[in-house]
Amino acid sequence: MNGQSTESLAAFAARHGLKQSAARPPLRMYVQQVWQRRTFIWNFASAKTTSMYTSSRLGQLWQVLTPLLNVAVYFLIFGLLLNQSRDVTDYIPFLMTGVFVFTFTQRSVTAGAKSINGNLSLIRALHFPRASLPFAHVIVELQQLLISMVVLFTLLFAFGEPPSFFMLLIVPTLMLQMCFNMGLSLVLARIGAFTPDVQQLLPFVLRTWLYASGVIFAIPAIAQERLKDHPWLVELLKANPGSVYVELARTSLIESYRTKDLPKWGWADTHLWWYAVAWAVIALVGGFWYFHRAEERYGRG
Amino acid sequence: MAKALKEKTPVSESQPAVSIDPAREPIVVVDDLHIIYRVYGSGGGRGNAATALMRVVKRENRPQMKEIHAVRGVSFIAYRGDAIGVVGTNGSGKSTLLKAIAGLLPPAGGGVYTDGQPSLLGVNAALMRDLTGSRNIVLGCLAMGLTPEETKKKYDEIVKFADLKPGFIDYPMSTYSSGMGARLRFAIAAARTHDVMLIDEALATGDAKFKRRSKAKIDELREDAGAVFLVAHNLDVIEETCNRVIWLDEGRIKMDGDPKEVLKAYTDATGK
Repeated sequence: MNGQSTESLAAFAARHGLKQSAARPPLRMYVQQVWQRRTFIWNFASAKTTSMYTSSRLGQLWQVLTPLLNVAVYFLIFGLLLNQSRDVTDYIPFLMTGVFVFTFTQRSVTAGAKSINGNLSLIRALHFPRASLPFAHVIVELQQLLISMVVLFTLLFAFGEPPSFFMLLIVPTLMLQMCFNMGLSLVLARIGAFTPDVQQLLPFVLRTWLYASGVIFAIPAIAQERLKDHPWLVELLKANPGSVYVELARTSLIESYRTKDLPKWGWADTHLWWYAVAWAVIALVGGFWYFHRAEERYGRG
Repeated sequence: MAKALKEKTPVSESQPAVSIDPAREPIVVVDDLHIIYRVYGSGGGRGNAATALMRVVKRENRPQMKEIHAVRGVSFIAYRGDAIGVVGTNGSGKSTLLKAIAGLLPPAGGGVYTDGQPSLLGVNAALMRDLTGSRNIVLGCLAMGLTPEETKKKYDEIVKFADLKPGFIDYPMSTYSSGMGARLRFAIAAARTHDVMLIDEALATGDAKFKRRSKAKIDELREDAGAVFLVAHNLDVIEETCNRVIWLDEGRIKMDGDPKEVLKAYTDATGK
């Protein structure tokens, strides 16, 4: 090699049009990159789902058994022992819908918080937009949810719920919920990547959220009885995204809840759709923006 | 991090000065690169809750948290057509340097400038042991950024190159022997063409027959790629395939130049 030069290496690189390897792409390009990776995201999620239960003897059957056992536990404690069922006409469908729908958010957030630190070797070996990981983990939970929904519908009909067109509203409900979950797990993926302690704290936060979202108790009934003097608290409980998606699923799936229980409490359900859309958009856009801001730093921690 | 850098900045003194060759086209420029790993390990200090609380109160870092300064001010230029071997003892920062060139580890200081996307010939991390070989081929290809159509096209080629026993492609990878797994991983990784190709110890896999075939495959990939970086402990492989060798020691460049010269100095120093 010859030709000593005083030019700095960075300037030399720039003159030849070389680009920084670890630079963060602009937001627009980043969205495109994630979109290009959609087949990978889907395949990665399916592979995770398939490999999840391979070590257990009952295998994929656990995908159905887990939600059923969950409902059984809550029913035993809150339905039979604590007798929460008096407020609601059809308590078991009410409880099942609540548990299945809220579990989707709960598990997405938990998986999202681990999605960066659980895949460090992948991050340190291959190049791909890191947002693919939280997205893939939400897709894993979506695939679990779809199985839960088959179980739920079977049980609803078994409990004598008449089929109706209202039930179709579950599709947009769950899609909006998925957007919300994606946004939230993007936020937690970034927090979890740099502060792994979040994973220890998260179960408690999520359990508190579960009780505050009316998964087990009918929040409107409580609001009417005990929170009359705190209207702002009632508004807060109405806006709670956890509750919004659960209540939407219930109004679409359970006829007695839609026609008897909710009107009885005077808890209108039109606000639910506005909240559902608003939360989905805010969470997804905000979460994506927040996650993207640290794109080049994932994998260091 | 910034503090650690300040202490160690005048580091390049041990490194040969980088000269720029204006006649050739650069493809990778590494400019005073520093890489620091942060490791949360166990051990170091008494690990009970009371001491942990005292640390939080005193606003100290966790003693288990170690910062490993793996690459300490490396600078060099790789030109189009270069095949660069990287040698050094274990823990000298070879793999870290490669990952940094690939843009997978963010630099703590300095920078890496490249033309095109450098890619590490390593797909292992994306594969899942519980899944079948055929499923892993699809997953691995997609993880490397191939489109679904390209994946379909490459599929047969990969199966053929991996040369597994009949039927094994439909078994989970956890049932493969280590040689079979390594062959399939290499076959998947080599399915993609690369601008800048980084190979980390990939040649040491498989039996003699497969080694010959993988060397041929690497030569073929080299012709397509703009530049190749090769990390290997097998110095013969480096001498055969590379036109330049970088010797890393403790995260710094000790020597950079002609393979024969550098390898001789390296063997003398390490007493091989």
